[in-house]
Amino acid sequence: MSQAAAIDQQRVTDTHDADAWRDPWSLPLESLDPARAILFKENVHEEYFRRLRQEDPVHYTADSEFGAYWSITKYNDIVAVDSNHKVFSSHKNIVVGDAPDEFYSPMFIAQDPPIHDVQRRAAQPAVAPTQLADLEALIRQRVCTILDDLPVGEEFNWVDRVSIELTTQMLATLFDFPFEDRHLLPYWSDVATATPSTGRSDVTFEERNKVLQECLNYFAQLWHQRKNEPRKFDFISLLAHDPETKDMLDNPMEFLGNLILLIVGGNDTTRNSISGGVIQLNRAPEQWEKLKANPELVPNMVSEIIRYQTPLAHMRRTALEDIEFQGKQIKKGDRVVMWYISGNRDEEVIEEADKFKIDRENARRHVSFGFGIHRCMGNRVAEMQLRILWEEILNRFDAVEVVGEPERVLSNFVLGYTHLPVILHAK
Amino acid sequence: MPKITFIEFDGTAHEVDVPAGGSVMEAAVSNNVPGIDADCGGACACATCHVFVNEAWMDKVGERGDMEQSMLDFAENVRTTSRLSCQIVLTDELDGLVVDMPEAQH
Ligand code: HEM
Ligand code: FES
Repeated sequence: MSQAAAIDQQRVTDTHDADAWRDPWSLPLESLDPARAILFKENVHEEYFRRLRQEDPVHYTADSEFGAYWSITKYNDIVAVDSNHKVFSSHKNIVVGDAPDEFYSPMFIAQDPPIHDVQRRAAQPAVAPTQLADLEALIRQRVCTILDDLPVGEEFNWVDRVSIELTTQMLATLFDFPFEDRHLLPYWSDVATATPSTGRSDVTFEERNKVLQECLNYFAQLWHQRKNEPRKFDFISLLAHDPETKDMLDNPMEFLGNLILLIVGGNDTTRNSISGGVIQLNRAPEQWEKLKANPELVPNMVSEIIRYQTPLAHMRRTALEDIEFQGKQIKKGDRVVMWYISGNRDEEVIEEADKFKIDRENARRHVSFGFGIHRCMGNRVAEMQLRILWEEILNRFDAVEVVGEPERVLSNFVLGYTHLPVILHAK
Repeated sequence: MPKITFIEFDGTAHEVDVPAGGSVMEAAVSNNVPGIDADCGGACACATCHVFVNEAWMDKVGERGDMEQSMLDFAENVRTTSRLSCQIVLTDELDGLVVDMPEAQH
């Protein structure tokens, strides 16, 4: 267990019966604090949200390591908050904990209009549908290479060999990043997300600064190079040529922030959907059989995997004014956390929400990508990667068998896995 | 029962009859017209129900709302005739409406 997890567990066990925190139904309602990272690592968060959806769907936690915050736990309430950016601001924190000033770098996911709008519009063409159609053949070729290199009949870590490798290659393409250096991307992403504001802090502030400075220097070079070349459809070239963002390098923190957004945005999320799919199909073997018999279900299954996994557990907003919401008085300045992981299990909107069903009707109706003006910019890229991956897995293997307990990430934000031992069975 | 015609990007036309009161998006989805994803189910929060309203009908369908405008700001290939079809409520006056669909919903 990491040090942070140990401390958190200590804190919890000091205040309750040794294992009471594992069972939210045994705790006083008002004391429920679903933002503790340990709940997600130990996979006990689901019951917290089930109870909140039933008994207190808009819930106030007065005291937590991140300060006081509201939890929005029902699907339709999440859509309402997410699409009301005039009242619920993204500036300047989008996770439950406030970033300490020395960690702060502006990025458009954590901005309101108009800054958000112009920066998103500048970067977006890299992942527009027409652009993706051109990328599909390249991605398929890379997926095939990765899969063909895997050992059959022998245990290995799926996270490293497939989930990380594939998302890294995809990111390198979207940045037109030197392919041989591509492993820097997930490294930077991991360091950037190791902040105390999500309950994950295994990197010191000095280390983090040093590494992110390297990241900045590397990209500054690419920027200069792209600026002097004709505009292309990679993130750096697009930002360097857009009239609204062409001077972004003059504000290195803002440049760095947006790089982090584009790296992190596409990294952990897609990676953990790739691992999550393997886990879900192992837990529900009848779904795997159904998939093999009906490969045309792949696109629908991809949406279901993303719903079921919910790679980002939450997004946070800050109220810009007092507002009454579902009978509760939210005050100006309050933190408002939309728990996507809970919305995706809301039985009032999603039938048998706890079940993983690859042929689910309306599988696209999930909140994993958020809604409103910040709705995930990379959702089509993510879906395309997963679709191609599963099409090619079906072409090659009879089963991807999970042979040990997956290890989960310690975070209240990124829901995912560090280790997933599997054995492949040939077709 | 207003009649609506959806024209796919490749030119395929789909004619549907739907009761007044619902939205143009719902008319497409409930009749299995392909090409309207409607990920948010009509909450004006996803922009995956983008259509181009036939010029002749522009006056009748009304104006874009504030949130609709914000969402369209991030859609691909937006034109002056672009609307989010979940925000067009069907009335008998819209009987005969024709809308074109973009190549892809983003
Ligand atoms: C399964 C994979 C993914 C999931 C679950 C996911 C989830 C999310 C969520 C929840 C948001 C915030 C939505 C909101 O606040 O309403 C978001 C925003 C964003 N995502 Fe993703 N994402 C994924 C993949 C990607 C990929 C592959 C990229 C880029 C290559 C990407 C880039 C972004 C960006 C740039 C934003 C900020 C959008 C804005 O603020 O306007 N994401 N994503
Ligand atoms: S259905 Fe989502 S905006 Fe129309």
